[in-house]
Amino acid sequence: MPVIAENIQPATLSNEEVLRYSRHLIMPEVGMEGQLKLKAAKVLCIGAGGLGSPLALYLAAAGVGTLGIVDFDVVDFTNLQRQIIHSTDDVGRKKLDSAEESIKGINPYVEVRKFETMLNSENALSIFRDFDIIVDGTDNFPTRYLVNDACVLTGKPNVYGSIFRFEGQASVLATKDGPCYRCWYPEPPPPGLVPSCAEGGVLGILPGLVGVIQATETIKLIMGKGQPLIGRVLLVDALGMNFRQLKLRKNSDCPVCGTQPTITKLIDYQQFCGVRGEEAPVTSKVPEIQPEELKQRLDAGEDIFILDVREPHEYQICNLNGYLIPLGDLPKRVHELDSSREIVAHCRSGARSGKAVEFLRQAGFRKVKNLAGGVLAWSDRVDPKMPKY
Amino acid sequence: MKILIPTPLRQYAGKQDAVEVPAQTVGEALSRLTAQYSDLRRHLYTDDGKLRAFVNLYLNDEDIRYLQKENTPVRDGDTLSIVPSIAGGCYYLAVGF
Repeated sequence: MPVIAENIQPATLSNEEVLRYSRHLIMPEVGMEGQLKLKAAKVLCIGAGGLGSPLALYLAAAGVGTLGIVDFDVVDFTNLQRQIIHSTDDVGRKKLDSAEESIKGINPYVEVRKFETMLNSENALSIFRDFDIIVDGTDNFPTRYLVNDACVLTGKPNVYGSIFRFEGQASVLATKDGPCYRCWYPEPPPPGLVPSCAEGGVLGILPGLVGVIQATETIKLIMGKGQPLIGRVLLVDALGMNFRQLKLRKNSDCPVCGTQPTITKLIDYQQFCGVRGEEAPVTSKVPEIQPEELKQRLDAGEDIFILDVREPHEYQICNLNGYLIPLGDLPKRVHELDSSREIVAHCRSGARSGKAVEFLRQAGFRKVKNLAGGVLAWSDRVDPKMPKY
Repeated sequence: MKILIPTPLRQYAGKQDAVEVPAQTVGEALSRLTAQYSDLRRHLYTDDGKLRAFVNLYLNDEDIRYLQKENTPVRDGDTLSIVPSIAGGCYYLAVGF
């Protein structure tokens, strides 16, 4: 089912390229025809992170002629567990530069186009215009809906992937007759709901699994071979090692790709999604204590009850010797706390413990404060020996 | 029938990845599930009792919106999957915590 194959103009291969791609060329399903299509193809990767890393590397190795990358982030140490396009020496560098270097190292014949920007409603259509296929490796709802709508409006297939802990989803969306992301999930979670990033995390190899599925689908679309993941979503469960498929139907009432679309240009996606990309910021009303002051008062022997509202596996990474009640268990375990004592609640960054303090104050606790900045701030400002995560 | 619980919701379902319930319809299966695990209810339904728009339900491999929604009849051996939208390690919970 050639989706975009007919739009791509063939080029030619040098002798060096023939040698490089020989294991493709000797396969009838690829052959010279397929390899020339790959060379002529222009693929845009949104993000050079967990999903973007493996898919950009494999697309480059496979000989995709032009790879665009949209990213404005800088490599940090927490990325290295899964973002294999970046190396330890790249920490602190722009992901775009690090990714380009890795791609060129694998295949110098690839043209890399770098877009150092946050994809938004103003720039998406003009960036997408010069590419044949868009691969969505984003990590937040506003960009996900933006990529979807921009793909529908520009008529570019959206090779979708998403990951959570041990689970992933992959599909090919927004093709001419196939469903789009809005057919599947018409709306994002409404504002007011709380993202549970604390429960997040991701197995490092999972974006590898899902990103390589995205790369496979991209290459199939370019070559016009096989059955792409159109009209179905692949669910990956790495723990059970199960791969399941669900049907995905095109919704004739879809607001963007339906028969009478109500969305005909890009909208404000931050507003549409209620701006909830990160952990919700702590409400300013909650009383706080700074790490230095807490340290001083503990050293002076004051009676302060430290309440740790993180998860048990986080407690194992580092702790302040606090009493552990995970935030989610607090309502049913509140009786374990003594409201007459002074309580300082903390978590990793101060967001969850802010909610805990708010909850406890509503439950009648008067002497409860939030440790500003959590164990991260404690590590920065009081005890540098405490590991950060 | 078997109901498959996605990772983010397992903490509200006794940490199980699947729950077996007797039921005639999808709606009945969900009622039995949420009766057994009451914390799940607010994650699946809005305050006025409607299924949340960002949680999709599949009977075997078909979206129940394209069957008879919650009135869809089910048989022993069927599998109901709860498939929430996910993005970047964050899952959106229906309540403060």
